[in-house]
Order: sequence, then C-alpha cells, then structure tokens
Amino acid sequence: MKVRVTVMLKEGVLDPQGKAVEHALHVLDFGNVGEVRIGRVIELEVDETDRERARAQADAMARALLANLVIEDFVTEVIG
Amino acid sequence: MSAKAQRPVDEALAREFGLTAEEYGNVLSIMGRTPTFTELGIFSVMWSEHCSYKSSRAFLKTLPTKAPWVIHGPGENAGVVDIGQGLAAIFKMESHNHPSFIEPYQGAATGVGGILRDVFTMGARPVANLNALRFGDPNNPQTRRIVDGVVRGVGGYGNCVGVPTVGGEINFHPAYDGNPLVNAMTVGVARQDRIFLSAAAGIGNPVIYVGSKTGRDGIHGATMSSSEFDEDALAKRPTVQVGDPFVEKLLIEACLELMATDAIVAIQDMGAAGLTSSSVEMAGKGGVGIDLDLDNVPQRERGMTAYEMMLSESQERMLIVLRPDRTEQARAIFDKWELDFAVIGHLTDTGNIVIRHKGEIEAEIPLAPLADQAPVYHRPTAPAQKPQPMEPIIDPVGIEQALIRLIGCPDLASRAWVYNQYDSTVGGQTVRRPGAADAAIVKVEDTDLGLALTTDCTPRYCRADARLGGAQAVAEAWRNITATGARPLAVTDNLNFGSPEKPEVMGQFVDAIAGMGDACRALDFPVVSGNVSLYNETRAPDGTSQSILPTPAIGGLGVLEDVRTAVGLEMPDGCDIMLLGETKGQLGQSIWLREILGSQDGEPPTLDLAAERRNGDFVRGLIQNGTVIACHDVADGGILVAVAEMVMAGQAGCVLESPQSGMRPEAFWFGEDQSRYIVAVRDGQALADLAAAAGVPCRRLGRSGGEGLTLPNGSTISKARLVAVHTEFFPRLMDR
Amino acid sequence: MKAAIVVFPGTNRERDMAIALRGVTGQAPVMVWHRDTALPAGVDLVVLPGGFSYGDYLRCGAMAAHAPIMTAIREYANRGGHILGVCNGFQILTEAQLLPGALLRNAALRFLSQDCFLRVERDDTPFTRHWAKGDVFRTPMAHGDGNYIAEAETIRALEDSGRVAFRYVAENGRMDAGDPQLNPNGSMNAIAGVFSENLRICGMMPHPEDLVDPLMGGEDGKPLFTGLVEALVG
Repeated sequence: MKVRVTVMLKEGVLDPQGKAVEHALHVLDFGNVGEVRIGRVIELEVDETDRERARAQADAMARALLANLVIEDFVTEVIG
Repeated sequence: MSAKAQRPVDEALAREFGLTAEEYGNVLSIMGRTPTFTELGIFSVMWSEHCSYKSSRAFLKTLPTKAPWVIHGPGENAGVVDIGQGLAAIFKMESHNHPSFIEPYQGAATGVGGILRDVFTMGARPVANLNALRFGDPNNPQTRRIVDGVVRGVGGYGNCVGVPTVGGEINFHPAYDGNPLVNAMTVGVARQDRIFLSAAAGIGNPVIYVGSKTGRDGIHGATMSSSEFDEDALAKRPTVQVGDPFVEKLLIEACLELMATDAIVAIQDMGAAGLTSSSVEMAGKGGVGIDLDLDNVPQRERGMTAYEMMLSESQERMLIVLRPDRTEQARAIFDKWELDFAVIGHLTDTGNIVIRHKGEIEAEIPLAPLADQAPVYHRPTAPAQKPQPMEPIIDPVGIEQALIRLIGCPDLASRAWVYNQYDSTVGGQTVRRPGAADAAIVKVEDTDLGLALTTDCTPRYCRADARLGGAQAVAEAWRNITATGARPLAVTDNLNFGSPEKPEVMGQFVDAIAGMGDACRALDFPVVSGNVSLYNETRAPDGTSQSILPTPAIGGLGVLEDVRTAVGLEMPDGCDIMLLGETKGQLGQSIWLREILGSQDGEPPTLDLAAERRNGDFVRGLIQNGTVIACHDVADGGILVAVAEMVMAGQAGCVLESPQSGMRPEAFWFGEDQSRYIVAVRDGQALADLAAAAGVPCRRLGRSGGEGLTLPNGSTISKARLVAVHTEFFPRLMDR
Repeated sequence: MKAAIVVFPGTNRERDMAIALRGVTGQAPVMVWHRDTALPAGVDLVVLPGGFSYGDYLRCGAMAAHAPIMTAIREYANRGGHILGVCNGFQILTEAQLLPGALLRNAALRFLSQDCFLRVERDDTPFTRHWAKGDVFRTPMAHGDGNYIAEAETIRALEDSGRVAFRYVAENGRMDAGDPQLNPNGSMNAIAGVFSENLRICGMMPHPEDLVDPLMGGEDGKPLFTGLVEALVG
C-alpha cells in the first residue's frame, strides 16, 4: 500500500522558508495570502494489505525517523 | 526502444544531432554503412565542439605546455605539476555556462562536481575550489535570480563534499545577461608516484562502472553546450543534470581508498557525453578495443535504450579499468561506501568499441578513425572593432568621491556576501581566506608547502584588444601569485567566447590565445590543462545574437616552499608604503573611466612582459626574505583602490603623500598601468635603493598608521566608512 | 588522551578534528566507522565531527542518529562518557536526543561561513575549564542549519541549570539575540552550544578545531582541546 506522510513544523515554530515564500508571493501581488508554512511530503510503499496496519507502520516510521518531534508534527494517510 | 530511437538514420537526423552534411559523409565512409541510431549519437557527441574542440584545437596547440616542473600537460583529465617533496598539484578549470543559465543552482553545482572528479580521478585529494563567475547587468532582474542560484549551487555542492572554496572572481556586464559564465576550478594534491591516467591497457581487463545509477539526465548536454541559446533553451530544462554532492563525497573517499592499492590500470570520470566519451577516450588513448554490455549498467529509470545510456550525463559516475584479479577487492571498497559497482565490459584487441544491449549489438565503431578523423576547422577570422579613442578627460568629482564610487561599484565591491556562503576553512589548511591576499593560500597537509591559487581575466581589456587581454589575464594571475611570495608554476585556462562561426569572435579567440602564449612564454608559466566554451551568445527578441565579452579566464597555481613566508594585504602600523613598477597614468578601459565618466573608450593599459617579470621576481625575493611585510598588486581601480583595500583588510590605516608625479591626480591614482605592486616595508629608502639597483621603478606613497585612509589633501576617510561603502552592493542587490 | 572520531558517510571535518586533537595530545585519534558496533576500548573522549552526514537529507543528523555505532555511543553516554559534537555532530546529538533541542535553518536561509565570537557561559566543565566564565573567543562557523530552538520550558530548564555552554556575542561580549550581526543564525537566546545534564556531553555549532594554529589565523579554539586533555587524563 502507498502511505503519505506529511511532516510540518509545529505550530509556533518559526518557519523562515515559509516567511520568505509568503513575502515573495506578496511581491507577486498575491496580496490575499496569509501565513505560508512549508513542510515535507514522503510517500512510502509499504508491503501490507491492511490499511490500518500500513498506517500504523508509517506512524512508527514517522516517530522513529521521518519527523523530529521536538520541532515537527506529522500526519499519515493511506493513498492507495 | 523509445519511438525516437526507431527513427531512421539519415542526413536530416544527423543534422538534428548537430553534425554537418560533410561530417555525416565522413561518418558514412568510416562505417562503410549507415550507422545505427546509437552509433550516430556517439559520433555526434564525440565530434561536438565540446568534446572534439574542432574550432579551437589547431590554435590551442600553439600554447606552451612544458616546463621542468610539468609532469602532465593538457590531454589528461587535469594538469599535473611538481610542487616538491615528491608531491604533485593537480588542477583544472572548466566551464558550466549553458547549464547555469537554464538552471543556475544545478548548473553551478554540477559544474563544481564535474571539475572535482577531473581532479580526484587522477589520484589527488581535492584541497581547494575556486570559481570565476560572470553575470549580466545587476539592474537586469534576471541577474539576481542567476547570482542567487549560482552562489547557492557552488556552495551547496562544495560545502557538502568538504572541499574549501577559497577564491575566485566575479564581474558584471550586460554582455553576460543571457549567458552567465560559471568557471569552476579544483586543485588537488597527490604523491607523484600515485598519479592515475586514463589510457586503458591489458586485453581482457575488466571495465568497471562505479558511482550513481544512470538516468536520462542531460542527454545531449555536450551538443547543447555547443549551440547558441534561444528561447527553446529554457524548454530544454528537463535535460538538466542534478548533482548529488553526498554521493560525490563518498566517491572521492572510495576512489582514494582504491587508489591506495595497485588495483587500477586506468580511470576516468564520466563527464560530458558520459559513458561514451569516457569509454571511447580511455580505449582510444590506450590503443585497445572495448566491449560494453549495457544490461549491466546500474540504471535509475526503466526502459532506457542503448542510445540513452551511452549519452546520459548522470553525475557522480566513474569508469575504471582494473587489473584482472582485483575485482572483488575493489567491489568491497565500493560496497563499504554504499556505491554502485558493476563490471560492464572488458578490453579487447579489436580496436573497436562494441556496445551490446539485450543481446543485440547496438554499436560497433572503429576507435582510431573516430578520434583521428574528428573534424578540425580553421574558421575565418576578422579583426575586431577597435574601441573609440578616449575623449580629453575632465575629472568631474575629484579623487575622494571617485574612490567612494569605485569601491562600491559592482565590479569592485566586497565579495564577502558571496564567499561567506562558501565553506572556506574545512580541511583546516586555509592559511589566507578569500580576500585576505591576492591569491588564496592553502597549506599542504603534513608539510610546510603552501599553494597560492587565483583566477583572473579582465574581459573589458580583452574586448578592446584580445591579444593584450589574453596576455594580461596570464600576467595578472602570475602577479597575484607573486604578490603572496609564491613561485608561479602553471595555469589552467577556461576560454569562454561567442560563436566561432562569427569571424570577429574567431578573431578574438585566435588573438587571445596568441597573447596568452606570449605571456606564458615570457613568464615561464605554461598551460597544463583547460577547457574551451564557445557559442556563448544571447539571442535578442529581434533575432540578432550578442556575443559575450571574450573571457579567457586563467586559473593560476604557485608554490611556497615555506607557507609561513606568505604575505597578504594586511599592513602593520608604522610601515613605509611603497609602489613598485612604472606609473604612466593610463585610464583607457579603466574602471574609473567607466564608473565616473560612463565611457568604455580607449586602449587598455600596455603590458611589458619583460618589466612584468623583472618587477615580479624582485618583489617575490623581498617577500621571501622578509623585507616586504604586506603586498597587493595594483589592478582594477588603480593605486588608490588598492591602498583602500589594504586598509580595509586589517587594523592599520594609511596616510598618503602627494605623489609629485606631474600627472593629473585621477590618472595617477586610478590609472590601471600593469605590473605594479604596493608593498609595506620597514625602511622605504632601503627598498628604493634595492629597486634602483634592480632596475625596478619605485616610489613612496605614504605610511601605514592611523584610523583610516588619509588622502594627500589631508582629508581622512574612516575605515568604517570605507567598509560600509564597500560592503553595501551585494546585500542591497540580493537581500531585498 | 585517547580520543575516537566517529565518521559517517558525508562527514567532512574529521581530518580537521584529528589535526586539532593530535596537536594537543600528540596522539592520532582513532577513526570509528558508522557501521562499527563498538567503540575502541578505553576511549576518554568521543567526537562527532562536522560535515553533511547522509547529505543532510531528510533533516541534518537525522539518519546518522540511527547509525549502528549510535547504540554504542548511547551506552558510552549512559556510563558517563565524554562526548563532543561539533556542527553536524551537534545536530546528530540532538536528533539522537542525547542533547535537548533542535537546529533549524539559519534565519537568513543562507549558509554562513564566517568568524563569530562566542562567550563562555561557565568554566567548571571539562570542555570550558581553560577559559574563564565570560571569556569571548573567535571561531569560524560554517553551517546552513544552526538556528538553535527548543520548547520554552526546555530553554528555561537549560538556562536555570546552567547548561548553556556558549553564546554568540559581539567581540566585547555583548549579547543581543535579535541582532543578526551578533546572533548570525537566529538561535534562541543566542545559544551556540549546550551541555547534557551531567555536563559530560557538549554540542556546539561553530568550529574551534579550525582555529588552533597561528598559521591559520589564530589559536582561539585551542583551550577547548587543552582543557579536555587536562580534565580527562589529568
């Protein structure tokens, strides 16, 4: 199964990249853009047929390596 | 096979591949039949300007390449010179201009990666990177994007592989608007008895592929870099190669580990035209044949054809010929470093390259005629347009105001914003960091030896007079090395020009080489490696194309027997500040003329190579015996800019005296007469006596000390003001 | 002093560190490969040097923190062993949770290679004993991700227990975390280095190992190493 892990900086952690992109969008006249935050998307092929088990494994991988829980949160979703 | 690969091979396809009708005729006569698609691809890249040097080869042969200290000159992956103690410096400079316009970050990054491989493939651990960069008008909005990407790319790659970036140069000019120049130089150090060459030998010996897997990156990059830019260039973006500096770092360590054994017969990196050029050149140089089975090539993408694999420019790959019984020993080393390792063929006695894929023979080409019958052109030349003579000069601003404008202008402003993004200290051997001396100084680990490294070229002089400009580029590199106290040994050249099909560009090329040859001979400073980049043109919306300024960039290398004797720009208090070399006050093509009067007129300053050598040898001797405590050559911006740079480099200020030169102040202070040095010494009169005896013009400029730069009229510019003006340009351009 | 330097794929300042250690101990440190599962017997100091382990891919130090050798390093730490992590080594130690906090991209989003000034925040540790509290020393820094961050309570705990090792300051010792000239990467409280609770693990971003020789511009970084030798072998 394919599982997508989305890793984002935690609320409240300054995201300088997001700030820079937000500024650049404003320069491009996208004045209605509010806060921009940048994260990381990781797609995993997991050798599993059960959606819940696949997702649980991805959760474990995110906790072990893919996200740094000191500064980041993550969301996992089975996408196929 | 892809649909494209099934197209019949004919003259029309050959033309699309960049071969002329005549060249295709030669292919037919060599093959005695219609070539296969893959064979045509191999001919087209091997006979491209990039790989065959067909427009430049006849002229490059006129350059001096020999000296008692030259171990290997042009023809190997990089030049090799003897630096003493059984050690060799291995170095080369190479362009990545076209890829850097299309995708600045990856273009610059892979440029650094490619030149690193050229050096470590010969057995050297890379110890320093430099880069000579030319960008368009700072006011052009594209320029900012390109500067940002190139600087990030150079840093992103060099910092990660852990090779310090210690020097280089940056110019701006509208002629580079649509065609920036990224010339990357790497210097490495090896034991002289552990230098690896590329000529394959030993029938039956295995051919090994190591490094990254092969994808469809940069197919036909070699032919693209030999054709002009047009609007399609941006659409070719998918062919841009992506670099992986992490893999490169592993590849350096793995190759050096393998090189410590005696397993390697020959080795070459897969650069432009990838597997094709490496296999053809290795077998060709060794006079042997080579059989490759592409089924064994590590592949990153599915369904790749023979054509695609042979022309892929995927990065971080090397081709190695091993001794027969060393395959497992070598494999273990590459396994340790987690790199792909595959036996993809062997050497034969047929004199042919044979490419097999999925049981079919995809190509079988005799190597000798592929190399020997590569086209050579003597393209027509025409004299370039001479610059207008200078109008009579009226200085509208005075020297203080002019100095402030000059040290803040794009070509002279501080480059700290750029080099602070490059790791210049990794390795722990950097004795003089960027900007601290006229050449970067890197200690050779575990010895007292030092290397002095620089890149130089003054394109505006080259445009005004290509022969003089070619000579001046070499002389300035020699001078910058000399100004640290090092003995100049040899150069690598990176010849960037417009389309050779334009007679005036070809004329510039031929003249610049003649000038370089003059200077190399006069200064015993041979060319040991290099690279030619032609077709640097920008097409305007109206269909006309503009050539870049002729830019024969020179990378120079010198050696210090005792690195502790090196001097830089920083002056102590209480020294006499003296000028060595003759001042005539030549303002033609000067930065002052351009920045203050907006004029690019006049002849560039004259260059007397005998005086160059005499002055330089004199200064070097005085640095080595400790008489000269600080030294800076006089270059762009003339004497006053040079003194201001010395003040900004350290703690001591400088009090200048009236020169009593009999010439106009702006001509004296901002003229760009060549072959001059400003030195700090304890006893100026003693220096003047020595100089008189040596036939070197010498005059006193003033004395170091105080808090800033005091002009002859008594006005003092504080060091803080100088630094503020000097460092304003880059952050203002880039961080807005 | 017997020192071990841990080398991961992509580590690139192991040679600098070896030169600095050899300079003060007269003894070449042992290089330990990331796939090794044990440290050499009797090591007094383990050093995680700078570089780009695993290309800095995913997050700086994240993959190295899971390398086979890290199990042995964790055990060594649990036994009270002394560990120095510099630059990427500091990032690895935070990812391995041997030190608190994390290192984000520099506030200006650019790699910064320049000299900086560090203030020594306490002088009663093996890493700082050859300085006096409040001393300011110059050192090169060269990183893209050195922006120290931790949760507010972690920062408070670090400050309260005196576990901030070094701060970025002006040459005269003045600290202003909001001034990018003084705190170049934007670190919280201008923190450049921290200690573990037992003061035996120290992580820092700048590179004192690259300023231990007058020929290279100074010896300002040397007290770190001479102090360690004195503390660990007496």
